[in-house]
Amino acid sequence: MSEVNIVEAPPGIEGSGFFATSMEKVVGLARSHSLWPLPFATSCCGIEFMATMGSHYDFARFGSERPSFSPRQADLLMVMGTIAKKMGPVLKQVYVQMAEPRWVIAVGACASSGGIFDTYSVMQGIDEIIPVDVYVPGCPPRPEAIIDGFTKIQELVRNESLRRRESPEYKELLSRYGIQ
Amino acid sequence: MINHPILTDNDPQKDTITLNLGPTHPATHGVFQNILEMDGERIVSGVSTIGYIHRAFEKIAEHRPFYQITPLTDRMNYCSSPINNMGWHMTVEKLLNIQTPKRVDYLRVIVMELARISDHLICNGILGVDTGAFSGFLYLMEEREHIYEIYEEICGARLTTNIGRIGGFERDFNDIAFAKIKQFLVKFPPILKEFETLFNRNRIFIERTSGVAAVDPEVALNYSWSGPILRATGVDYDVRVNEPYSSYEDFDFEIPVGTKGDVYDRYIVRNEEMWQSLRIIQQALDKIEKEPKGVFHADVPEFYLPPKEEVYNNMEALIYHFKIVMGEIETPKTEVYHAVEGGNGELGFYLVNDGGRSPYRLHFRRPSFINYQMYAPMSAGMLLSDAILNMSSLNVIAGELDA
Amino acid sequence: MGNLSNQQLVQRLTARFGERITVPTEPFGLLTFGTSAETIEEVLRFLKEDGELKFNYLTDITGIHFPELELSIGVIYHLHSLTNNVRARIKVFIDGNNPKIPTATNLWEGANWMERETYDFFGVIFEGHPNLVRILNVDEMTVFPMRREYPLEDPNRVDKKDYFFGR
Repeated sequence: MSEVNIVEAPPGIEGSGFFATSMEKVVGLARSHSLWPLPFATSCCGIEFMATMGSHYDFARFGSERPSFSPRQADLLMVMGTIAKKMGPVLKQVYVQMAEPRWVIAVGACASSGGIFDTYSVMQGIDEIIPVDVYVPGCPPRPEAIIDGFTKIQELVRNESLRRRESPEYKELLSRYGIQ
Repeated sequence: MINHPILTDNDPQKDTITLNLGPTHPATHGVFQNILEMDGERIVSGVSTIGYIHRAFEKIAEHRPFYQITPLTDRMNYCSSPINNMGWHMTVEKLLNIQTPKRVDYLRVIVMELARISDHLICNGILGVDTGAFSGFLYLMEEREHIYEIYEEICGARLTTNIGRIGGFERDFNDIAFAKIKQFLVKFPPILKEFETLFNRNRIFIERTSGVAAVDPEVALNYSWSGPILRATGVDYDVRVNEPYSSYEDFDFEIPVGTKGDVYDRYIVRNEEMWQSLRIIQQALDKIEKEPKGVFHADVPEFYLPPKEEVYNNMEALIYHFKIVMGEIETPKTEVYHAVEGGNGELGFYLVNDGGRSPYRLHFRRPSFINYQMYAPMSAGMLLSDAILNMSSLNVIAGELDA
Repeated sequence: MGNLSNQQLVQRLTARFGERITVPTEPFGLLTFGTSAETIEEVLRFLKEDGELKFNYLTDITGIHFPELELSIGVIYHLHSLTNNVRARIKVFIDGNNPKIPTATNLWEGANWMERETYDFFGVIFEGHPNLVRILNVDEMTVFPMRREYPLEDPNRVDKKDYFFGR
């Protein structure tokens, strides 16, 4: 037998030929292990992401074998690097084009809060324009830190309720950013 | 190459579409935009817009003391950040008239050449990916991990290294660092050789890159090009040879020069530069053996922080520490320009000082910025796929482009 | 390492231009002199096209702002003669309220973006430039941020309370 580890089945009622569990858990399980990221790499953190995708740290083993550069087919927007005010509308456009369910991870100090660049031309954190789920601090964060952030996103995805994206709280969150 | 039919003005089919080769590239190159007018697959004209990652380095530098500007210079060309750091330290040392001992120079040369290898590895790997060959890139990224391990032994960080201090290094290279460098010199050449066998005589790669974007040396000099792309056109201008800094005149190395200046020549020049860098690192290791051990910084107590044991026990060291941190040291009121050979070309630092603890004006002469301005005029008349390879071989790093 | 010493360069320059350039100095071995906006084009052309001097490489064009001087904005050219291995720095100071200077794009194509950057940061108008628009900052910006009077940080920031930062 091979040494491949398979993820544990969610709790449910088992019998001969059937397995009953809740839809949310199955869908969460499947989604969390097949997230397709959109690497929005602008600066130095992008190079650390390239190192994470390389064979030493191997990001693909988490299910992100296909980094999608088209927002329509991506699940996870990974913003890596400084976002300047000139780039802000572009980032918002890319976020709006993504289909639900979508998650956002802000990798690095510059994406989380502007980093060391407290200047007139740098946006002090991408959460001024889009809602963020996980922040990964570091300048640049080590590949282990990026993977840790990704694992937290997987936690969020696994436990997310199926109705969350239609709920009034979520709609209110989006309207605060001006996104319909 | 088949010539695409050029439609005349009266032809009802003549219509150009506007393609936005936008700021969000497929990961690799960085955030800059080209708005292209396309006639089918051929580019008619293009306009470059940059500034999507403008972080106002020059303005920040006016508000920071000299030793705090080093992390800023890291983030310009982040693929080879030690070269930026060393260049900045050498500029300040030129201003303050500090002579570094030979061992420090040789250690700096090792770090800078490793950074140059690291930069060229990314450029050539990504050039391979853009032509469709992904595996070469994976082999080279593994080698970059080894270079990162060497940086970690020296300074603690992988990518934005902040290596060195004004006057030398913060600590000596320990035995593990030297062992790792020697191991790198043994393990890396076979990998580079394997990479070359994958690409150098590869029919598809040669068809994609040979003859694409050939540049005349006169035109390149007119556009102020520098670095491997200028050397690929035939001009042998290398700052390490013309104005040697950090004891480069003691080393024996060649400058690879191309003939046509096309994408294939640039690729070959970068590969050959990596081989020359390996030669330089080997010579530096041999030369360090002959120097007195344990010397890792110049004797400038006014600008180099004394070790903490002395600060806590010794009055003089405490006073120097206080003066350095609070900025009570007088610096000459003059201006200096120093250039180093970065991964992309002549990286220059123009420093105007007014005697205080921060510069009055600091300007970075960034090679990516100056090399890139020829891209839009050059891409007129090219096919789109050739233009992509052209951009990838220019090795434009977005952090250096916008500063 | 060049076969043209700074002395010879000074001699040629003073012979040709005399009073129209300031007295050359040599901070750290790099010959530096100043001139006025009317003469700069002639100086650059002379340095580039002269058969002996051959300053065919334009290293950089940048700006500087000294608010206390009468001619407060300076445009600084760095030139390099590759065959003679000699560098030169030329400084031109112009009026800060109406900074105008002829462009160098007729001599070197590479001056195009360098002059756009200087315009973006200092507001210097280069007469004759084919496309003098902002290059690094957002297009709608109305100020020239590298001038000394403008702050580093964004003044419209609401979440940074001065009280917590000791201001």
